[in-house]
Amino acid sequence: MTSTAIAVSGLVKTFGPTRALDGLDLSVATGEVHGFLGPNGSGKTTTIRVLLGLLRADAGEASLLGGDPWADAVDLHHRLAYVPGDVNLWPNLSGGEAIDLLGRLRGGVDPKRRKDLLERFDLDPRKKARTYSKGNRQKVALVAALASDVELLILDEPTSGLDPLMESVFQDCIDEWKDEGRTVLLSSHILAEVEALCDRVSIIRLGKTVETGTLSELRHLTRTTISVETERPVTGLDGMAGVHDLRVEANRAYFDVDTPRLDGVLRHLTEAGVRSLTSQPPTLEELFLRHYGDELADRNGTDRAGAGRDTGQPADAEGADAEEADTEEADTEVAR
Amino acid sequence: MTAATVDGAAAPRTGSSGSVLTGTGTLIRFVLRRDRVRIPIWVGSIVLLVLASVQEYPTLYATAADRQARAEVMENPAAVALSGPGYGLDDYTYGAMTANELLGFVAIVVALMSILLVVRHTRTEEETGRAELVRAAVVGRHAGTTATLVVVGAVNVLIGLLFTIGLPAALDELSVTGSFYFGMSVASVGFVFAAVAALAAQVTEHARGAAGIAGAALGLAFLLRAAGDIGNGALSWLSPLGWATQTRAYVDERFWPLLLSLGLTALLVVAAFVLSARRDVGAGMVAPRLGRPAATAALRGPLGLAVRLQRASLAGWAAGVVIFGLVYGSLVGDVEEFVSENSQLEDFLASTGGATPIDSFAAMMMTFLALLAAGFAMQSVLRARGEETSGRAEPILSAAVRRERWAGSHLAIALVGSAALVVLGAGCLGVVGAIVLDDGSFVTDLLGAALANIPGVWLVVGIAVALFGLAPRALPVVWVVLAYAVTVWMLGGFLQFPEWMYDLSPFGHSELPAQDLTVAPFVLGGLAAALIGLGLVGVRRRDLDTG
Repeated sequence: MTSTAIAVSGLVKTFGPTRALDGLDLSVATGEVHGFLGPNGSGKTTTIRVLLGLLRADAGEASLLGGDPWADAVDLHHRLAYVPGDVNLWPNLSGGEAIDLLGRLRGGVDPKRRKDLLERFDLDPRKKARTYSKGNRQKVALVAALASDVELLILDEPTSGLDPLMESVFQDCIDEWKDEGRTVLLSSHILAEVEALCDRVSIIRLGKTVETGTLSELRHLTRTTISVETERPVTGLDGMAGVHDLRVEANRAYFDVDTPRLDGVLRHLTEAGVRSLTSQPPTLEELFLRHYGDELADRNGTDRAGAGRDTGQPADAEGADAEEADTEEADTEVAR
Repeated sequence: MTAATVDGAAAPRTGSSGSVLTGTGTLIRFVLRRDRVRIPIWVGSIVLLVLASVQEYPTLYATAADRQARAEVMENPAAVALSGPGYGLDDYTYGAMTANELLGFVAIVVALMSILLVVRHTRTEEETGRAELVRAAVVGRHAGTTATLVVVGAVNVLIGLLFTIGLPAALDELSVTGSFYFGMSVASVGFVFAAVAALAAQVTEHARGAAGIAGAALGLAFLLRAAGDIGNGALSWLSPLGWATQTRAYVDERFWPLLLSLGLTALLVVAAFVLSARRDVGAGMVAPRLGRPAATAALRGPLGLAVRLQRASLAGWAAGVVIFGLVYGSLVGDVEEFVSENSQLEDFLASTGGATPIDSFAAMMMTFLALLAAGFAMQSVLRARGEETSGRAEPILSAAVRRERWAGSHLAIALVGSAALVVLGAGCLGVVGAIVLDDGSFVTDLLGAALANIPGVWLVVGIAVALFGLAPRALPVVWVVLAYAVTVWMLGGFLQFPEWMYDLSPFGHSELPAQDLTVAPFVLGGLAAALIGLGLVGVRRRDLDTG
């Protein structure tokens, strides 16, 4: 068994004028749960499809379980299971039939495991796929994947339709999966899920990897929020490197500080006599928003110090719009 | 609204027509916006095809003798089955020609247009869930169906009016009155089948099923009309296509047959509204049942899945082909009688030499059968494309399944299924024909003809697979291939298409049993195999297109 389950470097994939992947790097060690984050349209699904041999990369290296994802697709697929983000099933097949079919295509389903998973996910396998809700269709794909005996699980936003109860069942399953020494690549927008499950995280943006590392490593890269009350008004903070979004009200100061600079800033504060101080470590959400926000700033071509605090919503919406425009174009082409 | 009150849960509380039709105006504009390219293409190609054909008359049939010779061909039972009973054959004017030889063809095209447009804006919208979005707005229960029918009805009227104005303009000999009857007869068929499609859209949950039901109704209408016109005429009066020919445009015009079409349309629309008030949005008339908790051994791989997905459709086509074979087989006796009653025709056929009327009738039916089978085969290849764009191929191909195996499983159904349809239809036609004629060799003749026709069907599959592999977005172009083949088959003789136009069609290269076997089937088979190979290489090499 190789110690690296997935090794991707400099991956490029273009769709006409769109550069979906622009030199993406990704490395997933065997036995780890790897979080794969990024705003909508940043290339997560494209990366996964390249890894599955569904799309052929234009440039770059990709290795999956020691093989070439395009050339060795069929052999590699014996050893992995995949849950797509948008599960679309055959309307006239029952859930149980779809699970068996997908399992058999991978080389068999463990009947005990299948039964156990159906119970845990509270899924009625007799219902026809057309009557399933989005969450139930996702459960079908999850049961089919988790019931197969494979080394690697590739999950593309697998829980976006699940309720909180099912979300916790899912997290238990992934924990067990990890305990058995298997590998998971988890693309997700549910940050609590990523924090709970992932050993390491890669954040991508515009088809490039912008951060990768363990969660604590990533935290180190971002800002801590400080709110402080001092005996004397603090001066000179606005000139200090690493301080952002400073707001001073008499003896109080509120600001964010780049975590590596925290020590120097605290020394400066104590000179003014600290009465009370609260500090909030960056949440994964902030970490995430920081990159979403940077993307917005980059697109607008302006360098805004406070970009890290932006919601990132506009960048998000823009991505979604572009995606929709593409689909519409594709539709009309088919129609003609 | 009795139906609505019976089923209290589904009944609108406020029964006024204003509330169930709220939003119709907006939806009409919406339908027009979505089809602002599609509708003009349909209308333009239908009208221009007819006008261009009509303009060729003076070249093709310059003298009265030329026209009269054509009139004699029209008395051949094969021609009667294809186009209609033939009015005004004694004095075969350009007008009579137009009504006899173009009306049947145009009416079928217009019916198909109406079916496809109606299903597209009703059941397809519900199946994809887009209707949910619309119905959640301030939109009445019947607004969507009404808007669709208004637009499609208007398109049919437009086509009728364009014929009324355009035909006399294209050829002076065509009267405005006759052209009006021609146009309205065409439109009446469009009306009926738009309403049939609206009703079918209430019954099934899937757009494909709705189009299939409406298409089957069109096939039945054609069958009834053909059987009636060869026989004593009674059956023709059960068919909207028959009513359209009964207006006797340009010869002895009468309007009342069109009232039958309008009445049937009204009846069907009311039925569609009643049914739609009784069901949930997105649901069909049949409540979904529970399925198996686990898959059977048959659902083992891509082929098992493809069989499972296509077996219902194949069964439907098979039923259609069997009915076709039985009905036309029983007509073989009428064909013989038809000819013997008409000594002039007998002389004419004798003078052309070669094939007997029964053999040329059978050869024409075999081509028809091949076209039907090609329709199934294309649907079957398009199914693979549907699996791909809907994202359902993705989980299959991310399991241990080679691309060729996945595409090949749908391909196998297209090839085997279409061949089976041709053989099945030919078998039914042959057996019934043999009984009627009391001649067992008719069966073997027809089965031989069936085998010779299969490569042409497979060539269409080859073209479709090549497109699927190399240019998947262009795959709908295969319908153009089929439309071309049908046009050449139905209009080629009348419009005296040059030889190369026949050569381009995948069909009609083996006129068995009317003519002897040639190398054509083998050439077509080889070509089909090459195209399929090319397509499969393309499937292996290209990106999966999940849209």
